[in-house]
Amino acid sequence: MRIDGYRYTWRLPLIVWQALFFIGPLMLMVAMSFWLVRNYRMTPDFVFDNWDRMMSRSFFWDAYEVTLVRACVAAVLATLIAFPASYALAFKVSDTVRRWAIFLLVVPFFTSYLVRIYAWQVLLAESGPINAVLGFGGIGPFSMLNSGFGTMVGYMTLVLPLVIILQTTSLAGIDRNLIEAAWNLGASPVRTLFRVIIPAAKVGLIIGAVFAFILSFGDFVSPFYLGGSKPPTLSILIIDTTKSGQQWPLAAVVAIMMIVTLFVVAVAAVGAAYGRRRS
Amino acid sequence: MRRTGGAEADGAGRGGVLLYLAIVFAFVFAPIITSMIFSFNSDRFPTVPLGEFTTHWYETAFSRPEVWEAMQNSLIVALTAATLSTALGFATAYTDYRYNFRFKSAYIALALLPPTIPLVIMGLAMLAWLARLGISGTLTGIIIAHTVMAAPFAMAICRLRLSQMDPALEAAAWNLGASQWRAMRSVVVPFCLPAIVSAFCLTAAVSFDEFVVAWFVSGLNKTVPVVILEILQGNVDPQINAIGTFVFLTSMTLVVVAQLLITRRRKA
Repeated sequence: MRIDGYRYTWRLPLIVWQALFFIGPLMLMVAMSFWLVRNYRMTPDFVFDNWDRMMSRSFFWDAYEVTLVRACVAAVLATLIAFPASYALAFKVSDTVRRWAIFLLVVPFFTSYLVRIYAWQVLLAESGPINAVLGFGGIGPFSMLNSGFGTMVGYMTLVLPLVIILQTTSLAGIDRNLIEAAWNLGASPVRTLFRVIIPAAKVGLIIGAVFAFILSFGDFVSPFYLGGSKPPTLSILIIDTTKSGQQWPLAAVVAIMMIVTLFVVAVAAVGAAYGRRRS
Repeated sequence: MRRTGGAEADGAGRGGVLLYLAIVFAFVFAPIITSMIFSFNSDRFPTVPLGEFTTHWYETAFSRPEVWEAMQNSLIVALTAATLSTALGFATAYTDYRYNFRFKSAYIALALLPPTIPLVIMGLAMLAWLARLGISGTLTGIIIAHTVMAAPFAMAICRLRLSQMDPALEAAAWNLGASQWRAMRSVVVPFCLPAIVSAFCLTAAVSFDEFVVAWFVSGLNKTVPVVILEILQGNVDPQINAIGTFVFLTSMTLVVVAQLLITRRRKA
């Protein structure tokens, strides 16, 4: 039998492309973390200098902690803020409204995050519109920029649309008979929510939280422009290290630590989502 | 519709959650809307009440030669990256639809993984890799990076459409004597056309909007968002609102068209 050229025409492009331009770059980055840097020149080698240097710095661990904590807070916050909205979209509106709402939410997910953060910078400023409005009511002004609060506003801008979409899809997929059964058996709304609806939508809720974590963990725009980059997060550390000349191997160390963390979190979350399901 | 237990309480609850929904939507869309409003506002540091109406920021922003150059670069990059990632995404989606083979799940994972890698890390890895290949700082480098990042979206859209296709359709074409290539051309591609166009629009939007990796690898050949990033590093500058509004309108149009193309067909 001759080789099926048709089949490989469709299968091979992805393998070749990802090997060349996805796996290749990531592998080079891993290799680079073991290279030697002398007098601002990199030479391929296999030494642990960069790892030693990065791992022994307290600023690295400070950044690690800040990034991890903030990403966790963002994931929890996004899940909590999104849930009532997703609940409303799943159960309180018609199918048409839900379709349009999801349609609308997809748009900002793909629409210039950078400009939206700039808009927040203006909105949240000391003399900006929000403080001006609050001032009419005799409150404020609050300094909302260059703080953890500012960073969180940015993270929510980034992740909320996606989290709501994931949660809504999952909630809307719940078998309505299940909910009605709970009602008919005399379960209170709160009990129905915690014992029926949330367990049934568990996968969507966890996946939403994971995406919120991943996106916040890797983002540099919000902590930089709204958080004032103090303390710096890991992504800000990567940028500073990369842009300051030939320190790429050090930046690679930070990057690998980030990927490992994300991998561990993702695996743990998928385990929690699909693992032992309480009946 | 479910209407059990305390209809009155349910009505109040419904009003409450709908109000909450409206607030969340307001939060999500506030930055987009204010940016558009401020782009026509005369104050350098906008607040309420607003200043006067002006097109000044558009005039200054669009009289900068680097903005025009960046737009040209963005256009070239977005169109090329969209073409490449749509082709790649379609080929991968078709492979997933039609064939089973060893390590298929690894193959699919490989296809869908890029968006989960933080952008700064993609930027660093791409910069190092493209520098080795001698194409960092070129538009080719940005196109390559954007294709990697956008292809998974194209694959997802095409796969969705293919899952709506009856496998018997392609088989029927073969039975009628069409070669596999002929069946692809006359059956599969026409069926997937809305998804292909949709994928093209969405991947173009992804590329047009992407600024982190582009910033890392761009060098002197900047795209529009990279120029915005560089203005942003200076000071508060309402020109960003003007350029930003243009960017919003472009990517929103692309995303809306992309979505209309795949949702309209589903109802039929």
